Amino acid sequence: QIRLCITRPDLLQTYQLVTSLNDYIYPGQPIASYPNPNRVTDRAIPIAETMAGEGDLKLLGLLVSPFVTRVRLALHIKGLSYEYIETDVLDKGELLLRYNPVHKKVPVLIHNGLPLCESQVIVQYVDEVWAAAGKPILPADPYARATARFWAAYVDDKLFPAWLGILLAPTEAARAEKVGETLAALAQLEVAAAECLDGGKKPFFAGDSIGFLDLAVGCNMFWMEALRRMFGVTFLDAGKTPLLVAWAGRFAGTEAATAVVPDPDDAVAFARKLQAKYGSAPPAN
Amino acid sequence: MAGEDELKLLGTWASPWVSRVKLALHLKGLSYEYVEQDLDNKSDLLLTSNPVHKKVPVLIHNGKPICESVVILEYIDEAYGTTGPSLLPTDPYERAIARFWVDYIDQKLVIPWKVAFTADGEEEKTEGIKQMLAVVQTLEGALKECSKGKPFFGGDSVGYVDIALGGLLAFLQGTEELCGTKPFDIANTPLLLAWVERFTALDAAKVALPDVTKLVEFAKTKRLRI
Repeated sequence: QIRLCITRPDLLQTYQLVTSLNDYIYPGQPIASYPNPNRVTDRAIPIAETMAGEGDLKLLGLLVSPFVTRVRLALHIKGLSYEYIETDVLDKGELLLRYNPVHKKVPVLIHNGLPLCESQVIVQYVDEVWAAAGKPILPADPYARATARFWAAYVDDKLFPAWLGILLAPTEAARAEKVGETLAALAQLEVAAAECLDGGKKPFFAGDSIGFLDLAVGCNMFWMEALRRMFGVTFLDAGKTPLLVAWAGRFAGTEAATAVVPDPDDAVAFARKLQAKYGSAPPAN
Repeated sequence: MAGEDELKLLGTWASPWVSRVKLALHLKGLSYEYVEQDLDNKSDLLLTSNPVHKKVPVLIHNGKPICESVVILEYIDEAYGTTGPSLLPTDPYERAIARFWVDYIDQKLVIPWKVAFTADGEEEKTEGIKQMLAVVQTLEGALKECSKGKPFFGGDSVGYVDIALGGLLAFLQGTEELCGTKPFDIANTPLLLAWVERFTALDAAKVALPDVTKLVEFAKTKRLRI
């Protein structure tokens, strides 16, 4: 392994550029060091400490993927540096096929050469390996953990497929059905919000700061805005789901979300590519 | 027994998801009250305990409900961390691998199985069988990777992946009659075949899994919704 550590006094940041032999095996793959913006305001992390503590971390991702966003949020909460590799999911390359042969999907976190797949699995891994760093992502209490996992599973099983279905719908009728399913899922999440936010007394699903369930729901929210821009439907309606809307505003304002969550317009741009590839009904606007 | 730890499991005798929870409770040596549910006439207890999905299994621990079999399994392992054996490994990477395979089973095995069972058209059925067998082949590889020559996915003792797949065993054993194909065979899945033998011999399996003949009968007459 070759490790180059460059200090950039002009940016008051310390970058870690880590290349490994794997990258020489796959020439042409862009190696972009993803600096953790948190480093700018945080204390400067001594190189020896980061190298010993973090090991080699790489994330294969797609910036507009909610699942990749979820993992990036977790890495941010833990203050971890990693090499980010943007992956063309519409034309899957060797790196993805090698590290996630089963699903061929992003995100894939590669820790010291060992791949981890499935965003919920990755987030829990990060929370367990770096238990002492940053803040805990899952709560300590087993029942609270079960509640967080239950609702996170709901988001992935019910909310995500519904809104993705809006994008890929072949007809207006099919699209309307998916819009209905998305709104129903959000209405159910309002119930979760009432339960977990203690009627609005707590700012986040995890309590005073964001945690597992905030990440699970939060990583889908920029897509709700992207879809609103594309289809004119207001998914986050303060009249219908007030607790969720208030929470979404607080979530968007957190340091982690500000640093990590993509611009809805980037999601729109990707959506159009996806629609072009799968030939779904174009949106009204 | 007042004031002690109270566990209640809402389930149906045929449900593989319920079997998973029964397996875990048995392996941990935990006693619980089992309440058979009628899914065609759902009880108030079920509806109030699982208002979101209205499904079984639901584990009620000291009055608090936990839903979704995978969530329940992790809950049992964490709430009873010092009771009986650990269901998940202790090493974080091995835990991640175990969680990955349990998620894989739920995402990939069930749907093609259902298609193979319920499809009316020959083409659709064949496709379901083909996909199911491909998934089983991947699980053979997973078993090799996870067991490292030992008897179970969890190593020397039964673990999380064993329970997740084991809960489905009665259905897997009934697959030949229900879907028209054997899921495991000595040529393609020797490790899984041996694993099935070992798993069904466990006390926990005898308690938690329904009788295969009874299940096949029931599935055929009811065109089972699992």
